Amino acid sequence: MIKGKGIPLAISFLTGTIIIIAFFIPHAPFGSFEEISLRWYSIIAGFTMLLGVDSLLRLHTNKIKRKENHWAYSIVLLFGFLLIVIVGIISTIRYGNAFLTGSGFMYMYDNMIIPLQSTMFSLLAFFIASAAYRAFRARNFDATLLLITAIIVMFGRVPISEMISPKIPIFTEWIMSVPQMAAKRGIIIGIALGAIGVSLRIILGIERSYLS
Amino acid sequence: MAISTSIWIWIAALLTLSIYSFLYKDNPFYKFSEKILVGISIGYTVSIYFHNTIIAKVWNPLVHDHNFLVIVPLILGLLMFSRLFKGKAYLSRIPIAFVVGTGCGMSIPSSFENLFKQVQGTMPQVFTIGNIIILIGVLSTLIYFFFSVEHKGIIGKVTRVGITFIMIGFGAAFGATIMARISLFIGRIQFLLGDWLGIIS
Repeated sequence: MIKGKGIPLAISFLTGTIIIIAFFIPHAPFGSFEEISLRWYSIIAGFTMLLGVDSLLRLHTNKIKRKENHWAYSIVLLFGFLLIVIVGIISTIRYGNAFLTGSGFMYMYDNMIIPLQSTMFSLLAFFIASAAYRAFRARNFDATLLLITAIIVMFGRVPISEMISPKIPIFTEWIMSVPQMAAKRGIIIGIALGAIGVSLRIILGIERSYLS
Repeated sequence: MAISTSIWIWIAALLTLSIYSFLYKDNPFYKFSEKILVGISIGYTVSIYFHNTIIAKVWNPLVHDHNFLVIVPLILGLLMFSRLFKGKAYLSRIPIAFVVGTGCGMSIPSSFENLFKQVQGTMPQVFTIGNIIILIGVLSTLIYFFFSVEHKGIIGKVTRVGITFIMIGFGAAFGATIMARISLFIGRIQFLLGDWLGIIS
């Protein structure tokens, strides 16, 4: 029985149903159950992340062992991981909390993670632009519309557009708050309906692919 | 201003330049920085999880408050690792079912809230041209995503309007994303020219 899907399906049904009931009846016993469930959820969900980290570290360790292509970079990855963990432990011992400003851990965060992440994201500007040029070339009416809107929005958000005509930023804002908002709302409503449908299917045990 | 003498500024600047070197072509400097980023990012995420969850929600309640109930999620969490053992992988279904069930339970009320907020925002309180355009746009976009009816005749014409709105929406989102990335780029250039080289104040 334990090997089957019966117990997991019952757990999904019970937890899902009680959380929904607790939203409408936030009193005992549902309210306290919701609080406990959400606390447990954050603890257990973290272990899924640890499982992913374990998988990544295992992959790179195997790469080093087998001396696969670019295995030296796997050493760099493992070194980076171990470095921040060790610095975090040392900072905790020294300051009592690694997240205090001035700790080595936070120095690494401010001077390595932040610059690397923001540089990586800024790099995407060039690649998004070149990929978009290839993908959205004005081949038909829809692609042309997309391209023109993107150009207007980009142009309307730089100071020179206001110097040319104050109406350009106003028109950009109108695009963002009217036609863009309409499409966004339509998509958000679709996503919300989809999320409700899928969640109901999972809670009722119709959708079981997550247990395979 | 003079060139920075801080070792941390130099590290940040050299890592920034290594990432930008990819604009020329893939090279060892970029690969090194990329792997460093992945390594320290996952290390940082694990540290945050350890600090905010394991210490705050497991260790402190267990050791200081003697709340032994927290052992249950700890065991459930450890059961996730049963996936690594052949023949015992079925045990990981229990914590997965808990996480998925709780996630779905949270998702339904919040999705309904979101849905009603969007519908409320769409319903015009004052009939202005903008509000009417939004109403038409939302309805036509929704009809475009309704695939149970063939997009022909009047429905086909409405979905055509829907596609137009969707294209404007995607174009605007695309333009806004590019500009957000460009502002990050400007920030990095300001760091290199200001904080590192001291050319600009």
